[in-house]
Parts: sequence; structure tokens; C-alpha cells
Amino acid sequence: MIRIAGLQKRFGQLDVLQGIDADFSKGRVTALVGPNAAGKTTLIKAILGLTRPDAGTITVNGAVVNGDVSYRRQLGYMPQIARFPANLTGAELLSMLESLRPDVAVPDRDLIEAFGLDLELRKKLGTLSGGTRQKINAVAAFLFRPDMLILDEPTAGLDPRASSVLKDRILTDRAMGRSFIVTSHVMAELEEIADDVIFLAEGQVRFSGSLEDLKKTTRQVNLERAIAELMTRGMAA
Amino acid sequence: MSAVELSADNGSVWRVAQPQARDVIRSRWLTFYFVFFLVATEGMIRFTGGDAKALLSMSNVVLFVVPFVTLVYGTVYVYGSREFIELLLAQPIRRSTLFAGLYMGLTIPLVIALVAGMSLPFIFHGFSGPAERMTLAVMLGGTAALTAAFTAIAFYIALRFDDRLTGLGVGMAIWLALGLLYDGVLLFVVMLLPDRAIEKTLLGVTLANPIDLVRIALLMRFDVSAVMGYTGAVFHNFFSDGVGVAVIVTAMAAWITLPLASGFLAFRRKDF
Repeated sequence: MIRIAGLQKRFGQLDVLQGIDADFSKGRVTALVGPNAAGKTTLIKAILGLTRPDAGTITVNGAVVNGDVSYRRQLGYMPQIARFPANLTGAELLSMLESLRPDVAVPDRDLIEAFGLDLELRKKLGTLSGGTRQKINAVAAFLFRPDMLILDEPTAGLDPRASSVLKDRILTDRAMGRSFIVTSHVMAELEEIADDVIFLAEGQVRFSGSLEDLKKTTRQVNLERAIAELMTRGMAA
Repeated sequence: MSAVELSADNGSVWRVAQPQARDVIRSRWLTFYFVFFLVATEGMIRFTGGDAKALLSMSNVVLFVVPFVTLVYGTVYVYGSREFIELLLAQPIRRSTLFAGLYMGLTIPLVIALVAGMSLPFIFHGFSGPAERMTLAVMLGGTAALTAAFTAIAFYIALRFDDRLTGLGVGMAIWLALGLLYDGVLLFVVMLLPDRAIEKTLLGVTLANPIDLVRIALLMRFDVSAVMGYTGAVFHNFFSDGVGVAVIVTAMAAWITLPLASGFLAFRRKDF
């Protein structure tokens, strides 16, 4: 699990994260939602060590993140934009990532088959469509059987079939005790897979709890309506 | 950190550099860069009718082209790799390892294209003597060092400025300053200085520009310093002996290490 305590980050004049406290529980899918510029990506990047927080702590499976890189063995990351070296093939990209993780003897390549990517992996990444690159992006995130996966807009650009394959995979892995942090603009999609919801706005956590709790407190029937209600309240306050 | 972990991490430098170098080598730009040197060198040998003159002509071309292409291609490449660098940073790999890998993965293919493109025609046509062979070696070594220095500068620029246009602008400004304006300003300063101060000032100022360093090293090979009069003689005396060579090599090493260290510091501190 991942525990965030008092996390703060400023970019110049912008107070992007203003003391975030959040728990991402084991074996659950947490939807990270919020309006644009709420701080979702910055929070994700802080967990991954891409961005250094100004204050606060991040604890991954009980160990405080302090500059040592080995905790990332437990993390899988699927970035929002899938841009890879244009002149490498998908297969070369995956074997490069595998070479950086010699601790994993047999990488998990199940998604390649599920997406039907075999032929596409032999082509140069620069010639592939955005959707195909996004599939490879997903394969890369699941490659090392991480305990926790951070998926930033995972289904953006995926066709319905690929999107379903990915969601099925998330639910299977959750059943095995893996945890997920997922951001998306499609609330209906998050509703399908999310157990917990963390709602960020203006760098603060405005709601944190289970999907059921969120629906109860906002008295709405679905996630989209519930988040809309939270945003309305935020503007009124 | 244990010795085993350290050595495992050193292996990772190559695990990053190797696929990246492969990506660069396959790019259309690198092929173009290689063919340019091949055709230019072959053309110079045919038109000037001898390897000695061809080398002199090529030295003017490379001192102009190498820093320019390296800076532009380097900054554009690093900006274009931004998302991929973020993906690599999310792996259990240290930033120092990643930086070293990325730097080598870009520098090595550029050096290969340049060295192969320039030496193949000379090897094909043969050398008229060991002096010409040595001059080519100095030219290849000097331009390889320039490539290493300017990729380091390109990395620093691309990491320091998030905006691509600003970065490219800064790169252009640095190239204009070192490649074109510098010598003009130098001439102007020389005119203003009293005679006895010229040599030492020139010596010092030359060390402060990597392109001039390689130019001097090449001029000493061509013996054209004779036409530079008294100053040329002073230069020749200073740079021809062991001390002069050591000074040039040291100054060039500084021109590689300082931008590289600045780039690494920027990379280590950067919020992606």
C-alpha cells in the first residue's frame, strides 16, 4: 500500500499540492479524480520519484521513499502519453525495459497475446498508431508483476475491445491482491473498476473514501453525478 | 551500497545507452549526417587533388558543421525523449545511471557517423604520408571531442529550459557566439590591445572556446601559422611542444566535463 502524509509541492507561484494526506489500500482500485490542474499528475509523479516534494512523506509498503530507487521494483507505471524512441521496435523496447529489471526472471507478457500485439511488436514504434502504442504502454506497466500499478488515463486512445481487455486485467490482478491508482476523464469507466475514490481539487484532497460512501454523502446514483456534485459544492464554498 | 549493486548499476548504463544508440543510428538524420561527411570528404579529395589540401578544406567545414548539427540534433532529441525519459525514471534505476546512458547513447552514434564518413574516403584513396594520417587523426579526435562537448551542452539546455523554442534559441545563440561572433570580437580586441599584450591574451582567450581549440590544433598541423606572422610564431611555439598539447587536451576535457556536470546536476534536481 501507499501512504501519503502532508505532501506539498510548489512550482514557482503555483501551489500544486497543498498538504495531501491519502492512503491507497492493498488489493483495491483507487480512482484519482479531479478537475484539470488539480494536482493528480504531480501526485503520481511524486509517488514515482519523478518529482521531489517540498514537504511530506510517501511510504510504499512500509518503507519511506527517500531517494533510494529500489522501491520502484514494486511499482508499475503507465504514463498518460505513450511516446517511445521512434526507430526501435516494440520488441526492442520491451527487452530494454526487461534488461533494466534483471531481478524479474520471467516477465509477464500475457497482455501481448490478449491485445494481439505479436506482429505489431516487430514494427518500429514511430510507425504505430496511437492506440497500438498505448497497448504497448500497458504491456510495459504489467511486465514485472508489480504490487502496485499507477495508470494515468490508461484507456485513452484504446478501442472498446482493448479497453475491455485492460479493465479485465485490472480486475483479475486486483483479485490477486495488487493495488491500482487510476486516473481517467471517463467517470463511467472508473465506476466499473474503482473501489475507492480520492477527489483532488486545487491541490487538496476534497474527498477520500469508498465509492459507496461517495455516492451516499453526495446522494447521487453514479460516480459522474457524485463528482459533479463535489465540484459544485467546491465552487459554492 | 554494496560493490555488487554498484557493478549491476554500471551495467545498466550500457543497457540504456545501447538501445538508444540503436534508435539514433536508425534515424534518417544520422544517415544524412554520415552521407554528408562521406560526400564532402570525397569531393574535397577529388577537387583539391590531394589529401593534404583536402584535409585543410575539410577542417573549415567540420568546425562549422559539427557544433551546429550536434547542438540542434541533440536538443531536439532530448526534448523528443522527454516522455520516454519519464518512463525510464519510473524504473528502479538511478538518475546518474540513466543520465550517463542517455548521454552515451546520443554521443556515440554522432561520433561514429562523423569518423566513418570522413575516414572512409581517405582510407579508400590512401595517404601520401604519415603526416597526413596524423592530421586526419587530430581532426577526427578534435571533432569527436567537439561532439562530446556540444551534446553535453545540448543536454544541459534541454534540461534547463522546459520550453523547446527557448532551448533551441539558446542553442543557436551559443553556436553563433562560439562559432561565428567569437573570432570577430577577437579580431576587434586584438586591434585595440597594445602589441606586447596580444599573444598572452590570445592564448587565454583561445582556450575559452572549444571550436578555437580544435582550430588551433589543426592549424599547427598545417603549418599555416607561418602566414599569421609573429603571433602565429608564438602560437606555434606554445602549442607545438608537449606542454601546448597538454594544455589543449586539458582545456578540451574541461569543455566536455563542465557542461556534462551542469547537465547532470540539472537532471538530478529536475522535476519531470
